[in-house]
Amino acid sequence: MLILECPYCGVMADETDLHGGGEAHLKRFGPGSSDDDFETYLFHRANPKGVHFERWRHVSGCGKWFHAARNTMTLEVYGTYSAQTYEPPKAIINAVKKKHPEWEGYE
Amino acid sequence: MSNAVSALQGALYKGYCTVEEAGLVGMITLRGDLSSDAIAKAVKAATGAEMPGQGKITEGAKGRAGWMSPDELLLIVDHAAAPKVVEAASKSLADEHSLIVNVSDARAVFRVKGAACREVIAKLSPADTAVMQPGMLRRTRVAQIPAAFYLEDDQTAVLVCFRSVAQYAFDLLADAARDGGEVGV
Repeated sequence: MLILECPYCGVMADETDLHGGGEAHLKRFGPGSSDDDFETYLFHRANPKGVHFERWRHVSGCGKWFHAARNTMTLEVYGTYSAQTYEPPKAIINAVKKKHPEWEGYE
Repeated sequence: MSNAVSALQGALYKGYCTVEEAGLVGMITLRGDLSSDAIAKAVKAATGAEMPGQGKITEGAKGRAGWMSPDELLLIVDHAAAPKVVEAASKSLADEHSLIVNVSDARAVFRVKGAACREVIAKLSPADTAVMQPGMLRRTRVAQIPAAFYLEDDQTAVLVCFRSVAQYAFDLLADAARDGGEVGV
């Protein structure tokens, strides 16, 4: 069972309290962008075996979206953070690097 | 004026805990910037309670104020007083970016009484009820529906859910509180 701490409520919410929202930190390519960019934005998603950044919604709690950094292989959670950011905060990156010095980093 | 009735009109179930529909309860949703002084003042005027912190519920002379999310409060007041409270708060928060709605008749409230009231809810919800203390509020789900609950005291849990699922919630709680269903026997 995946348990994430909601950064807004401060409670440990388990998977059944949450709703997954897929890959985090996507950059939107809307009208006027090239077909390739638009296709990438719409359809191409990272599916890593290992460190992954995801969006989650505390659906039966506060109803807010947040981000989580976790490992898709070990289900380890490195941390959760506010959705109001374009990239993972330093503290999260450091937490991942501490566990996996070989990790190539975020993008 | 129509005659207001609560969803299950005080339905009662007696098991190893008592499950009771709480009847008419005034409930107001207040959304806005919770750090604003004007909102804190409006909360105080409506319920007599202080602004609750994250995951908390405070009690005042006229009601309670519960923290629902970083920008939402649940004000629990007397059912008959709720429309007036909304009116007064709307007036005092006219210049504030906020939303105040009387949701009394959109909700149902249940009281679970007994020493094992935490266990009854723990059977139905993923929330860690063991850490819940009076003064804390948790929004979570019970079985398949969203609900919020808090403890009035160590023996009384109050659960709030949507009115449309009141019968479902009552049946769940009653089933969880059935004699012979005690945890750890």
